Amino acid sequence: MNFDFSDDQKQLRDQARRFLAEKCPPKAVRAVLEGKADYDRDLWKGLAEMGFLGVAIPEEYGGTGAGHLELCVIAEELGRALAPVPFSSTVYLAAEVLLLAGSEEQKQKWLPKISSGEAIGTLALFEGTGNPSPQAIKVAAANGTLTGTKKPVADGAIADFAIVAARSGNSGRETDISLFLVDLKAGGVDAKPLQNVDPSRQQAELTFAGAKAEPLGAANEGWSILSRVMDRAAVLIAFEQVGGADRALEMGRDYALDRIAFGRPIGSFQAVKHILADMYVSATLARSNCYYGAWALSTDAGELPEAAAAARISATQAFQHCSKQNIQVHGGMGFTWEFDCHLYYRRSNALALALGSQSYWEDQLIDRMRKKNAA
Amino acid sequence: MNFDDTPQEAEFRAKARAWIDANAPKQYEEELRKASLGRVQLKGANILEVAKAWQKKKADAGWAVPHWPKDYGGRGATPIERVIWQQEEGVYGKLGALFIIGQGMCGPTMMAFASEDQKRYYLPPLASGENIWCQLFSEPAGGSDVAGLRTRAEKDGDDWIINGQKIWTSGAHYSDYGILITRTDPTVPKHKGLTMFFLDMRSKGVEIKPIKQANGNSDFNEVYFTDVRIPDSQRLGAVGDGWNVSLTTLMNERMSIGANVATGFPELFEYCNSLMLDGGPAIEDRAVRSKLANWAVRASGLKYTSFRAISALSKGERPGPENSIGKLVAGSMIQDVAMYALDLQGAGGVLSGPEDAEAAGKFQAMLLRSPATRVEGGTDEILRNIIAERVLGLPGDIRVDKDVPFNQIPTRGRA
Repeated sequence: MNFDFSDDQKQLRDQARRFLAEKCPPKAVRAVLEGKADYDRDLWKGLAEMGFLGVAIPEEYGGTGAGHLELCVIAEELGRALAPVPFSSTVYLAAEVLLLAGSEEQKQKWLPKISSGEAIGTLALFEGTGNPSPQAIKVAAANGTLTGTKKPVADGAIADFAIVAARSGNSGRETDISLFLVDLKAGGVDAKPLQNVDPSRQQAELTFAGAKAEPLGAANEGWSILSRVMDRAAVLIAFEQVGGADRALEMGRDYALDRIAFGRPIGSFQAVKHILADMYVSATLARSNCYYGAWALSTDAGELPEAAAAARISATQAFQHCSKQNIQVHGGMGFTWEFDCHLYYRRSNALALALGSQSYWEDQLIDRMRKKNAA
Repeated sequence: MNFDDTPQEAEFRAKARAWIDANAPKQYEEELRKASLGRVQLKGANILEVAKAWQKKKADAGWAVPHWPKDYGGRGATPIERVIWQQEEGVYGKLGALFIIGQGMCGPTMMAFASEDQKRYYLPPLASGENIWCQLFSEPAGGSDVAGLRTRAEKDGDDWIINGQKIWTSGAHYSDYGILITRTDPTVPKHKGLTMFFLDMRSKGVEIKPIKQANGNSDFNEVYFTDVRIPDSQRLGAVGDGWNVSLTTLMNERMSIGANVATGFPELFEYCNSLMLDGGPAIEDRAVRSKLANWAVRASGLKYTSFRAISALSKGERPGPENSIGKLVAGSMIQDVAMYALDLQGAGGVLSGPEDAEAAGKFQAMLLRSPATRVEGGTDEILRNIIAERVLGLPGDIRVDKDVPFNQIPTRGRA
């Protein structure tokens, strides 16, 4: 058994960590958070130059073709550094839909631009409050155009193109949904940035008023494609969450060693030690679930749906837990704008909702476990 | 990243599997599979006899304690081969519960500190299950603070005379031998005045009193020593070095990874799959699903954490203190799972008789046993300290008695 990343993959992790430590210090995250830019363009360009954007994109489409384990490694580092770039929308979602279901022409057109950092993509799925479901999708497709509103759409106002889940039928079944690719710069789409809990990554509202849309994947197969893409993205975002959880734990640990109260480091008090031990436990359980997800993702195993849901739930819990308790360990300082604790707290809660709520994934997990049990 | 054996591992696994397939006591397979946490009982058979017979059979074929050296009753297997053996032994491994303390902790301590003649004499019957050993560490005044123990050993010619009391000694009532930590010098700080021995549990002056536990079973004992004589040749390690000797014992606990830790989750999942609740299957209830999902990811997290540890073993690395999380997570989880399973049963959840209770009283038994899981072999709090100090590098607890001679340490909270 070799349930670990390879030495090459660990080297890639070190390389990504060094790169991000230099190019993505908390100052860079704050610049986007405070509205000085809508994303970090220099970092985005740098990620492209490092080959990180196309790490799971085959060479024929301009990527490096390394693979999904390598993408997991990079995702973890982006999560640690809170990278304020549209990586998850472009790489985990848009590129994955194209790879799974895009036509040869669509792949040739968009994937090289993704790899090189020239194009930002996103997936427009949600329409307001509530969990993902075919019934919740109202944006309508007719005669090659789309009408309706999507929100929140991650990075929707900075994206060049969007993959949109739209209603192509009215049978009340999953097969009513199809996917469409929309060039957001071609007109017919109004993109409006929205305030959100973590402004270091943007959310937007996209309103389609007869926007031109080209079909992506087989007609009426939209929901089944989405379901596969959501599982794949769940593993990748879970790695971002584990990276963030680990960093929040480190911050708490370092502060507990440094801060003196009652004549000794606060990390020598059991009450504080036990908070940090519990953070370690949740981060470790999540990491282990994520490794299983990474294995399933990289081998396209039949276990992927269950593994993805487990990684997603576990990593969401761990990042929320660690970022919350990191503030507690920091005491009053943890609640200041000046300290970085709130950056992780914000991101943990934004990522927790990135693919639908925790209860949605709990439902998914139990359904999948039942199916396996019945089989 | 893969789950594959190396060619050598695959060969070892095939050999182990073939032997188990041909020799395991299959008549007990189903009962062992269903056995509840902490207590294996077989209808119409004496568990001690069945366990000893299986262990003896393994020993005769060279499969007893595979990772021990051949000279002492093992087969010199590597740590990863030991894990593979455990995986293949599966439910039959539950029969080894009676031998775990002896083989897991007393044996390695003997290997590190006994004479060559002693090792060749005492270890093979420990490996084969002929002799059962216990570990005489905890005392009424020294639970988590093991070094606070008060059992005295005083030199008398070539012998030592032991007086005092141990407590929470698992299996003392059927043990043949034990390793015993004592205080030989009360005038120095507590960690420095300890000495380790091994002894015959049938020695004159040893009195064993089973403790009736909260769940009604009696797995633990009090052991009293009244002028018990132990020859100096049965001392393990130097006089005054007992604390270091005991650390060897405790560190070996950590190597027993790879075996599944009981979380109660598979039982709960199975139960919810069959239970009807308010006119529908329990598993379709949103609140039930949420609870199950949260425990599911803890159970799978533990499973894959152990896979990561096994991978490290496979590469020749030693598992570290991070493996403390298994018991920490599983211990409180099984308690919560049991409480929840009872809650799902409503008023009927109070019934625990196998005929009247849902799931044959399994969850009621879990509920009453689980408090012990959170205490034995290190409380939740001690395990959190281990993680905080040895994994995260936080400072040790303040120990105000560290440099104080043992006989000057206060013994009562309110003087």
